[in-house]
Amino acid sequence: MRTSNDIVEDMQQSGYSEGFITEIESDTFPPGLDEAIIRKLSAKKQEPEYMLERRLKAYQYWQTMQEPHWGKVEYPEIDYQAISYFSAPKSGEDAPKSLDEVDPALLETYNKLGIPLVEQQLLAGVAVDAVFDSVSVATTFREELKKAGVIFCSISEAIRDYPELVQKYLGSVVPHTDNFFAALNAAVFSDGTFVYVPEGVRCPMELSTYFRINEANTGQFERTLIIAEKGSYVSYLEGCTAPMRDENQLHAAVVELIALEDAQIKYSTVQNWYPGDAEGKGGIYNFVTKRGICKGDRSHISWTQVETGSAITWKYPSCILKGDDSIGEFYSVAVTRGRQQADTGTKMYHIGKNTRSTIVSKGISADRGVNSYRGLVRMNKGAETGRNHTQCDSLLIGDQCAAHTFPYIEVANPTARVEHEATTSKIDANQLFYCKQRGLSEEEAVALIVNGFCKEVFNELPMEFAVEARKLLEISLEGAVG
Amino acid sequence: MKQTSSLLSVNHLQASVDNKPILKGLNLEVKAGEIHAIMGPNGSGKSTFANVLAGHEDYTVSAGNIHYLGENLLDLSVEERAHKGIFLAFQYPVEIPGVNNMVFLRTALNAMRTAKGEDELSAPAFMKLIRKTLAELEMDDRLLKRAVNVGFSGGEKKRNEILQMALFQPRLAILDETDSGLDIDALRQVAKGVNKLRDPQRSMILVTHYQRLLDSIEPDYVHVMADGRIVRTGDKSLALELEDKGYSWITDEEAA
Repeated sequence: MRTSNDIVEDMQQSGYSEGFITEIESDTFPPGLDEAIIRKLSAKKQEPEYMLERRLKAYQYWQTMQEPHWGKVEYPEIDYQAISYFSAPKSGEDAPKSLDEVDPALLETYNKLGIPLVEQQLLAGVAVDAVFDSVSVATTFREELKKAGVIFCSISEAIRDYPELVQKYLGSVVPHTDNFFAALNAAVFSDGTFVYVPEGVRCPMELSTYFRINEANTGQFERTLIIAEKGSYVSYLEGCTAPMRDENQLHAAVVELIALEDAQIKYSTVQNWYPGDAEGKGGIYNFVTKRGICKGDRSHISWTQVETGSAITWKYPSCILKGDDSIGEFYSVAVTRGRQQADTGTKMYHIGKNTRSTIVSKGISADRGVNSYRGLVRMNKGAETGRNHTQCDSLLIGDQCAAHTFPYIEVANPTARVEHEATTSKIDANQLFYCKQRGLSEEEAVALIVNGFCKEVFNELPMEFAVEARKLLEISLEGAVG
Repeated sequence: MKQTSSLLSVNHLQASVDNKPILKGLNLEVKAGEIHAIMGPNGSGKSTFANVLAGHEDYTVSAGNIHYLGENLLDLSVEERAHKGIFLAFQYPVEIPGVNNMVFLRTALNAMRTAKGEDELSAPAFMKLIRKTLAELEMDDRLLKRAVNVGFSGGEKKRNEILQMALFQPRLAILDETDSGLDIDALRQVAKGVNKLRDPQRSMILVTHYQRLLDSIEPDYVHVMADGRIVRTGDKSLALELEDKGYSWITDEEAA
């Protein structure tokens, strides 16, 4: 009888290994960061010379920088020399052998989310069994994309196989000089995702990190690059709704999107990293730089994010609206409870004529969570008839949480129009009583009310994702009232 | 053995809100199929009584007891009371922004069904049920497409309450000033709905300030509340007499 191991071996021999089965590494670099570590990392990833040079340049620049502290977040000092900059993915040897070895709390969450068993194994990093089933899925998936001419691979592969595209676009939206964490990422990024959609192609399916889950485990410094050529369309789903626990504290990813003429990129995130315990011990610091450029006329970028995890979320998915008539959108739900802190929002840079942007931000705070919206809308001199509409709503649950709004508006063109609306509300005792009188439990009632509050954002998510996001929100807020 | 068909039995009920006593020894007996009207001036405790029956947490019961279907009602949570057939039509139905009314009704109905050990209704089965219910109440489906009570007119909010009552088929329906703020047409439609739901197994408590609701819904008993107690009980003619003489007729008599 053939075992799943045989099949995986077949897959590896038939050339799929580079695509979807991460090479098994058994070592982890010692903590610390210097040029030698970066050289070792680059060598380990068999990178061409140009990438090593980029990394070293970024590292040198990073050394001249100071860690920023303007966010409304508090955390102890990070010792960058105490972090290991290359940690091998969970390999067959140290990965759990079956779901029996996985943290039961994690499995309970999976079950509540209704994630199928096979997927659960994959998410939990269970070695062979999960790969067995998913490889075939991933393969058909890859075939179909190939037919359409879409490139969807790890950034490491892209660095080796598509050097022209990578050299042209990597760092073009978020240069290493952009900020402290972007510089660090440019020096030490471990892996990430690369997407290229050729001219006029509508990507035949939603691209999801589900199929790249191996990479997701590899580390805290991911790098994502998405390029949509003229008239193309792609929808990308980042993360999964399962809590990816991670020993590492700092998660400093960089995401760059490039939309050329008439292209559209939809980027959706459901982030549920480990938030730490109720007292704020542990958890991920999610310090991420995400930025897209609407380079061509009539191009369109939308960011949709549902942030329920991480001890600290500090990020501003932004749009540079360079092309005339281009559109930028940002839809966000951020939940903080326990001791979680979120300082998140967006920046919309209106450069081209008649550019339009929409910002809808929904912050939910419970327990002692702190939630801040921080956003910049800038209408440059050339942004004739530019328009922005911003709506920031905060929902408070309990009386120990906090919500803040920091909107920055800069307008240099008299024909531009910027609107900002903000509301703060509490879950009303009368709403809860009404729902309970209609037979709902307190938790069902809270879920219903919160889902109503977030509706405009959930409407922007692809269908299956929206369903999971709703459930995730319910789980995140369990026991938040009362 | 005594045949007991008592659905609700309230004995010497005392309740307060923010340490202020409102109900001061209320007694009431409701049997299956009966309609009881509770009238009284503002501040007499009518709405407090309705909310205490439904289990509102702002009200503290300090003495007395309530038996419902043989159980101690005060031991049950708000939703457990709902599951056991207690329905409160709110005086001020609450708005829930972003929640589609149809989704809300289905979620609530399925929560009730699950609590009773019945299967949840599928979306198509629910659609069928709601269409039938709307037709019976002579209502259209416009209210279903909007967020729960958001932007509803006074009449629409009350109609939505009656729709829920028809959907949930309660054993004991408490209508808290359902007639307040309604024009004649809306009042007529609400009354029609209530009359359709009259059933030998279903009891109702109509809390109302005015006699006019009782023109279209004929009660079995009329009670007058004053200062947290029921001070007079009669039939429909008592309501007419009140209309004629005003509440002072009774409250003055009480004070004397």
